[in-house]
Amino acid sequence: MKEKIRLVDDSGIRTDGRKPDELRPIKLEAGVLSNADGSAYIEQGKNKILAAVYGPREVHPRHLALPDRALLRCRYHMAPFSVQERKSPAPSRREIELSKVIRESLEPAIFLERFPRTAIDLFIEVLQADGGTRVAGITAASLALADAGIPMKDMVAACAAGKADGYILLDLNDLEDKEGEADVPVAYMPSLNRVGLLQMDGQLTPEEFEKAFNLAIEGCKRIYALQKEALKAKYLAIKEAVEEAEQK
Amino acid sequence: MSIFYENREIVTPGDLLAEGEFEAGRNTYKIDSKIHACKLGLVEYKGKTVHVVALNTFYVPSVGDTVIGKIIEINLHGWTVDIDSPYLATLRPAETFNKSYNPQKNELSEFLNIGDLIQAKIIAYDRTRNPLLTIKEPGLGKITRGQIVKVSPAKIPRIIGRKGSMINMLKRETRCNIVVGQNGLIHIYGRNPEDERIAVLAIKKIELEAHTSGLTDRIVEMIHKERRGVV
Repeated sequence: MKEKIRLVDDSGIRTDGRKPDELRPIKLEAGVLSNADGSAYIEQGKNKILAAVYGPREVHPRHLALPDRALLRCRYHMAPFSVQERKSPAPSRREIELSKVIRESLEPAIFLERFPRTAIDLFIEVLQADGGTRVAGITAASLALADAGIPMKDMVAACAAGKADGYILLDLNDLEDKEGEADVPVAYMPSLNRVGLLQMDGQLTPEEFEKAFNLAIEGCKRIYALQKEALKAKYLAIKEAVEEAEQK
Repeated sequence: MSIFYENREIVTPGDLLAEGEFEAGRNTYKIDSKIHACKLGLVEYKGKTVHVVALNTFYVPSVGDTVIGKIIEINLHGWTVDIDSPYLATLRPAETFNKSYNPQKNELSEFLNIGDLIQAKIIAYDRTRNPLLTIKEPGLGKITRGQIVKVSPAKIPRIIGRKGSMINMLKRETRCNIVVGQNGLIHIYGRNPEDERIAVLAIKKIELEAHTSGLTDRIVEMIHKERRGVV
C-alpha cells in the first residue's frame, strides 16, 4: 500500500507553511485588458487566472436571446500549459460543468432583468492551476463584471475549505485537494449574506462540514475585502497622483 | 436613519450606503430599508436620496439623447446603427430627410452607406424594442469631417460640466466645435488639425481625472501649455 503523505505536521503547519485557517497570498488587479469591457487578474498562491467580460451586447445567434433578461454566458477554460501534463485545449467535461456552476453562482449577483435581449459574455482563462481554480475564477470574474460597470447586487467572493490529514483547512492547494479527504468550495455575497455556490467532494461528518463551511465563509469575507481594494485601486492612484501634483 | 460613508467617497457594488427613510437614486438599490450600491462609483447623499456617480458604465439609451453612431446594416426598413450600447438602433427613411422616400426609385445607400457616421437623436426606446433615431433636426445628420473620440459614457457629465462650464471652456480654448454624444462618442472639428489634437488631448485628460476636483483649471493650464509648445 502507498504510504500516506503527511499534509499537516505535528505543530499544525501545512506543506506550504500555512496555518490551517490561513489563505494563500492573493494578488488581485482590475482592468488589466484594454480590449474587453471589463477584466481582472488573480494570483492566489500558484494559481494565475485571467477573467474578461464583454457586454451587455446583442446576442448572437439571435434565437438565444431571452425576452425578459440578459443572457449570461460563461466559459471556464484551462490553458494547455496550466498543468504539469499538457491539457488538451478542447473543453473537457469538467470545464463545461465548471462553466455552468460558475455562471449559476454569479447570476444572482447581477441585475440581469435590466437588460433584456442582451448577452453578457464572461471568459475565465486559467493560466496556471494549483487547486481551487473554480473559486479563484469566480473571485476574478466578479471583479471583472464590476470593472465592466455592470450593475450588481453585490460582488461575489469565493473560497474553498476542506479536510486533509484530519484537519479542517482553509483554501486547499493542489496537493491538499488531491491527497486530502474532502473539499468544500463556497461562493458567497458578503453584503447580502447569501451563498451562490456550495459543493462538496469527499466525506465529512455533519459537524466537520459545518466547521469547513464556516471557515470558507470566513475566507470569502477576507477575499471580499481584497476585491474592494483592487476595484478602487486604479481610481485612488489617479486621485493621489493629481493631489500630489497640486501641492507642488 | 444613518449613513455609512462621506460624500464623494468611493464605494463598490454591494456596499451598504444608508439605512432608514432614504430613497434609492442612480446606481443604487433598496432592500427593506437598506440602500446598497450596485456600481463602483462616488457616493452622493442629496437630502433623502442616495446616488452613486458611476466611474465606469456603458450607454443605456434614453429618449431625447443626442448620440453618435455608425451605420452597420441597410435593410428594407431603414438603417441599423451601432450606437455603442447594448442595443442596436434603427433609423427609418421617414426620419431622415424631408424628401419622400420611394423604395422603387431610391436606394437607401444613396443617402447613407455602411460605415457612415451620423449624429442622431433618440426618439423612442422602451427596452422591448430597439431604440429609434431621427436625423431630421438641425445639426443632426452625416458627419463628414473632424475627429471622433471615444470615452466612457460615465465621464460625459464631467466633460459637459456644471451648466456646460467645461464644454464651453473647451470650445473657447481649443477653438474647435465639439459635439458630445451621450453614448460616449465625441465629435470634434476645428479649423486646423493642431486645434483638434489639443482638444482630443484635453478630453482624454478629463476622462482620466474625472473623479478629482479642480479639473477645469488644470485643463485650461494644459491647453495653454500645449499651445506654447507648438508656437
